[in-house]
Amino acid sequence: MTRPAEALPTQEMLINMGPQHPSTHGVLRVLLRTDGEVVVNARPDVGYLHRGLEKIGERVTYAQFMPFTDRLDYLAAMNCNCAYAWAVEKLAGIEVPERAEYIRVIVSELNRISSHLIAFGSFTADMGAFTPFLYSIREREIVNDLFESVCGNRLTYNYARIGGVSADLPPGFLEKTKEFLDYFEPKIDEYNNLISYNKIFVHRLANVAVISAKDAVAYGLTGPNLRGSGVKFDLRRDEPYSVYPKLEFDVCVGTGERGALGDCFDRYMVRINEMRQSIRILRQAVAQIPEGPVMAKVPRLFKPAAGEVYFRSECPRGETGFYIISDGTTNPSRLKIRTGSFVSMNIFETVTKGLMIADIVAVIGSFDIILPEIDR
Amino acid sequence: METQALFDALKAKFGEAVLELQTTGFRPAFVVVAPASIADVAVFLRDDPSMKFDSLMCLSGVDAKERFAVAYHLHSLAHKHQIGVKAFLPRENPSLPSVDAVWPAANFMEREAFDLYGIVFEGSKDLRRILLPDDWEGHPLRKDYKYPESYHGVKL
Amino acid sequence: MSNDPARGGAAPAHAPAAPVGPDAQVMVGSADMFVNWARRSSLWYLLFATACCGIELMQTGASRYDLDRFGAVFRASPRQSDLLIVAGTITHKMAERIKRLYDQMPEPKFVLSMGSCANTGGPFYKDSYCVVKGVDLLIPVDVYVPGCPPRPEALIDGIIQLQKIIDKKRNFSKKV
Repeated sequence: MTRPAEALPTQEMLINMGPQHPSTHGVLRVLLRTDGEVVVNARPDVGYLHRGLEKIGERVTYAQFMPFTDRLDYLAAMNCNCAYAWAVEKLAGIEVPERAEYIRVIVSELNRISSHLIAFGSFTADMGAFTPFLYSIREREIVNDLFESVCGNRLTYNYARIGGVSADLPPGFLEKTKEFLDYFEPKIDEYNNLISYNKIFVHRLANVAVISAKDAVAYGLTGPNLRGSGVKFDLRRDEPYSVYPKLEFDVCVGTGERGALGDCFDRYMVRINEMRQSIRILRQAVAQIPEGPVMAKVPRLFKPAAGEVYFRSECPRGETGFYIISDGTTNPSRLKIRTGSFVSMNIFETVTKGLMIADIVAVIGSFDIILPEIDR
Repeated sequence: METQALFDALKAKFGEAVLELQTTGFRPAFVVVAPASIADVAVFLRDDPSMKFDSLMCLSGVDAKERFAVAYHLHSLAHKHQIGVKAFLPRENPSLPSVDAVWPAANFMEREAFDLYGIVFEGSKDLRRILLPDDWEGHPLRKDYKYPESYHGVKL
Repeated sequence: MSNDPARGGAAPAHAPAAPVGPDAQVMVGSADMFVNWARRSSLWYLLFATACCGIELMQTGASRYDLDRFGAVFRASPRQSDLLIVAGTITHKMAERIKRLYDQMPEPKFVLSMGSCANTGGPFYKDSYCVVKGVDLLIPVDVYVPGCPPRPEALIDGIIQLQKIIDKKRNFSKKV
């Protein structure tokens, strides 16, 4: 005599996901309470890469902190270097030469492309497609070569300095960049043909983890995560810094093209479209860059006047803000780093209720989090 | 909205809870408020039609040598203005009301301030250590923090 | 045996004489040699990447600097891997988990410490309060690869050094 289904007792399972896990984009631990395959509660546990960068900031000088900003978001190291440099320059009122600003924008946008390439490659690998990852690394290696010719390193550049950049562009760099842009632009269509509108891929992402515009703002999402929910806010357009006012580009927002507005697919497509806009910015910057010095006169023993500054810039993963308090000495008194990935973890627990375990992987990938940004 | 006008509007509404305006050398400017009133000030800043600070950019703990401070950086998507709010706290038992009911983005940032400074946010929906292990002793970002010798048998 | 062509014996009449040398279809060696050859040619590494070195590890395993040609593929589970490449900073919160991962790997297992952070604590050596100053404080390490992050060529060199270490291992005979 079989028992009716309602009489069968069931239990929730407590499963641990991470910190070592192939799909968590780093050492993230998620404690899953599941009812079978459906998640009842997914609590993120972070801090496995907390290295105390903010305390280090108080113990070293302003210039000595620059290599640590590379390790803050190593996939967008140029962006973080430049964000820190801009913050300190705003604090001390330093005027940066125009050529240095153009160089910073060029390397920042190149880094945005290579960061979104890894986001695209690892996200599709998480979804089960391994080939796009190899394609994206193939393109990223060309950008790595460009960066190596500029500053000598492939990943952690330490290129920007307070007052400019450490060295001028090598001869031939601008031509090689133009060649790369011509080579890379049709590749984005290749990726869309390969995977973006694949039926299984769309099915896994559409209508998963839908975030409304109001929630996105209230929970502090920034960058592509915010724009994926339809909010047209980009710091390069709305709080412009450096030479962005002279460059034309569109702000990409999610359109709900394959599901509800603000789902994982929208956030993914915003990144793909942002790569196109970065190409556009790069073409203009390479054409407009003037000659001139690349470093302003900054005293050897750099002591900015006492004061506080909060400066934020648009990094590939959201807004990277530096809150620096100076007390007039050579070391910062407080160096707070606000990153996009840390604040996007706020909404993780809310948005994953009722999803399947495989969808958790999709959510983590669509937020494009990176652990050193969360843990610092 | 002009910073001075904002300060005057807050002063008119909250009286003695609003203490001073820090402008020179502060980008953005800071309105210093009494810690106990922070939750009400937060609701007013978010909901008042001329202010509409719907986005909490950053919440940081600060060790200002004789006392602690919590600094809030706010931004309005509608009006495109920014303001900072600061609350000073004593070094012994620093605590103030939580604002995570006003801006849910505050939750992780408050947990971080609690973890690294020991500032308690009353009424927070979840106040636990976030970046350091749960059995870590001390609050590292305080200026008088002494680095431990070892942790769980591993030399530091 | 006397009929063995590699030993100079006469080949059976119905088969053509197999030459001695690289074209011979028989290989002779000690048991150690074969076992070591198998182990060094299929070093499956655990996909364990904490920080920046993890990206260089991924790029080494991907398009341009293909690690697959060394037989090294990545595995997601420690139960299926022989090699633990510690790529990235190890913090005190992570230290217990790394010990557990190392214990979960079956023998024979090897550890390659990649990058300055795993070697000695890296740039966080002096001022950080929660970084383990070198993964060798937790688990035994076979090869150290310096760099911040090491170039993919350096990591491949590290794997080749590890292969040389494996080649010299004696599994059956005692050292005289």
